[in-house]
Amino acid sequence: MQFGVFSIGDVTTDPTTGRAPSEAERIQAMVTIALKAEEVGLDVFATGEHHNPPFVPSSPTTMLGFIAARTERLILSTATTLITTNDPVKIAEDYAMLQHLAGGRVDLMLGRGNTGPVYPWFGQDIRNGIPLAYENYALLHRLWREDVVDWEGKYRTPLTGFTSTPRPLDGVPPFVWHGSIRSPEIAEQAAYYGEGFFHNNIFWPKDHVQRMVELYRRRFDHYGHGPADQAIVGLGGQVFMRTKSQDAVREFRPYFDHAPVYGGGPSLEEYMAQTPLTVGSPQQVIDRTLTFREIVGDYQRQLFLLDHAGLPLETVLEQLDILGELIVPVLRREFAANRPANVPEAPLHPRVQAAQAARAAKTVAG
Amino acid sequence: MSAIAPRSLVVVSAGLSQPSTTRLLADRLSVAVDQHLRDAGIEPHLEVIELRDHAPDLTNHLLTGFPSPRLKAAIDAVIAADGLIAVTPIFSASYSGLFKLFFDLVERDGLAGKPVLIAATGGTVRHSLALEHALRPLFAYLNAAVVATGVYAATEDWGSGGAADGSLVQRIDRAARELSASMAARESFAPTDPFADPVPFDQLFRPS
Repeated sequence: MQFGVFSIGDVTTDPTTGRAPSEAERIQAMVTIALKAEEVGLDVFATGEHHNPPFVPSSPTTMLGFIAARTERLILSTATTLITTNDPVKIAEDYAMLQHLAGGRVDLMLGRGNTGPVYPWFGQDIRNGIPLAYENYALLHRLWREDVVDWEGKYRTPLTGFTSTPRPLDGVPPFVWHGSIRSPEIAEQAAYYGEGFFHNNIFWPKDHVQRMVELYRRRFDHYGHGPADQAIVGLGGQVFMRTKSQDAVREFRPYFDHAPVYGGGPSLEEYMAQTPLTVGSPQQVIDRTLTFREIVGDYQRQLFLLDHAGLPLETVLEQLDILGELIVPVLRREFAANRPANVPEAPLHPRVQAAQAARAAKTVAG
Repeated sequence: MSAIAPRSLVVVSAGLSQPSTTRLLADRLSVAVDQHLRDAGIEPHLEVIELRDHAPDLTNHLLTGFPSPRLKAAIDAVIAADGLIAVTPIFSASYSGLFKLFFDLVERDGLAGKPVLIAATGGTVRHSLALEHALRPLFAYLNAAVVATGVYAATEDWGSGGAADGSLVQRIDRAARELSASMAARESFAPTDPFADPVPFDQLFRPS
C-alpha cells in the first residue's frame, strides 16, 4: 500500500499571525514538503493544478520535474490534473516527458476542477464538464498507446497522423487515477478503463464515499478487469497530530475556524464526526485511518492533506515527521495484516518496481 | 382499493416561532390532503419537516458542500415524495430566507414533475400575492407541478369562519383536492439511484 501527501498549493494567511507566505515562499514550501515526504519514508507526493489565486501550482510538471531531480524513490503525482480544460495532447506530452526524466516515478490523477471560470479562460464551457472529461481522456489514452493517431472529436481540432512525443518510457503509459468527489459518471469511467479511482473523501461523509467506491468496484468487475476487490482505490485524508490530543485540537482550531473551505460552518468537533478529518494523538489518527478499510475495502493509496489553511511550513514538516515516524509504519503493518493475497498493489512503472525490489533485496541481504 | 399504491406526502414548514401559524396552516393542509387521498382509496404516508430544526445544518451544508446525516434524510424525503406541501411565512415581500435556503440545497432536478401545493402566512392580506410572484416562479424554475390554488393565510383569516365563499377553510379544501388529485393521477414515485443503476459508459460516450 502507498502512503503520501497531496497539496492544493493555497496561499492562505496564517490566522494566528496574520501573515501569508509569498508565492515564492509557498512554491519553495511545496518542494520542501515533497523532499521531506521522501526523507520520512512516504511513497507519493501529489500537487494540485490551479489557474487562479490564491493557488500557486499552475504548472505541475515543472514543479514535479524539479522534485524528480532531487528525489530518488518518491512517486510524483497530481491531485488533480484538469482533464477538462487542458489539451489532452499537451498532457500526453508533458507527463511522458516527466516520466522519462523521473525514471518512471510518475502517475497522475485526473479531475474536472472546481473553479467555474477556468473553463471559459481556457475556451471551454463548464456545462460540458463530463463530456470533456470523457472525450479528452479517450484521446489521451490513445496518444499514449498508439504511435500514430487519427482523431476527430467535438472539443479540439482534429489530428491526422499525429505522434505524441516522447513516447511513454519503455512503452508503458503513466498509471491514471480518475478522481471525483460526487460524479458517478467518473467512477464509471475509471471502471470502464480498468484504471484507478481516487475519492478525495476529506470533505465528505463516509456513506457517500462508500457508495462511490462500491459503484466503481462493481463496474470494474462488470467491464471484465477482474473481481471488485482487485480494483485500484485511493483515498484522501486530513490529519493534525500532537502527542496529546488536547494540544492538537487547541493548536489546529484557529486554522480550522478560518479555513477557506469550512470556516464559519460546522464546529471542528462536528466536522470530525462527519468527515475523515482527524485532529488528535498519533494513535487516534492510526485508529481512524484504519477504519477507512471498513468503508471501502482493502485499498491501494492513502494521501494526506497536511499543508493548508495557512499552517506554517515548520508545523507541516513536524507533521510529516510524526506521519513518517509514528503513523505510516503502523498503518503499513496493520493494513498488510489480513489483506487478502489477491488484492493488488497500485500499478508501478516496471523500472520503479524493479528498483523497489532491488532495495528490498538489499535490505534483506544487509 | 388496497391495490392502489400508497403515496408519500411531505410537508415542509418554514415557521419560526413555536407554536407557529405557518405550521398551523401546514397541518390544516396536510390533514385535508390526507383525507382527500383516503377518500380516493389511497393510503398516505405523511412526513413533516420543520426547517427550524435544520437551520444550522442548512448553513453548514451551504458552506461545506455536504449535508449532515439528519438534513440529508430530510432532503431525500422531499426528493422521494409523491406530493409536497411547502409553507413559508412571507418576509419582506417574499419567502423567508430559511425556506429558500432549503430549496437551494435540494438538487436541481429533485422536484421535477412533482405535485406541489404552495402556501404562505403573513400579518396582513396585502402580502398574499407573494405566493404568485415569489413562490410560484421558484417552483416553476424547479420544474415542479404546482397546483392551481395557492393558500395564503393572513392573521385575520384565522377568525373569519368557514361558511363564507372564499374563506380560508374553503381555500384549503380546494387546494388539498387539487394536490391529492394530482398525486393520484401520477404513478407512485421512486427516484432513480445513479449508484444502483449507473448509465453505462458506452451510452455516455462513444470513442471515435
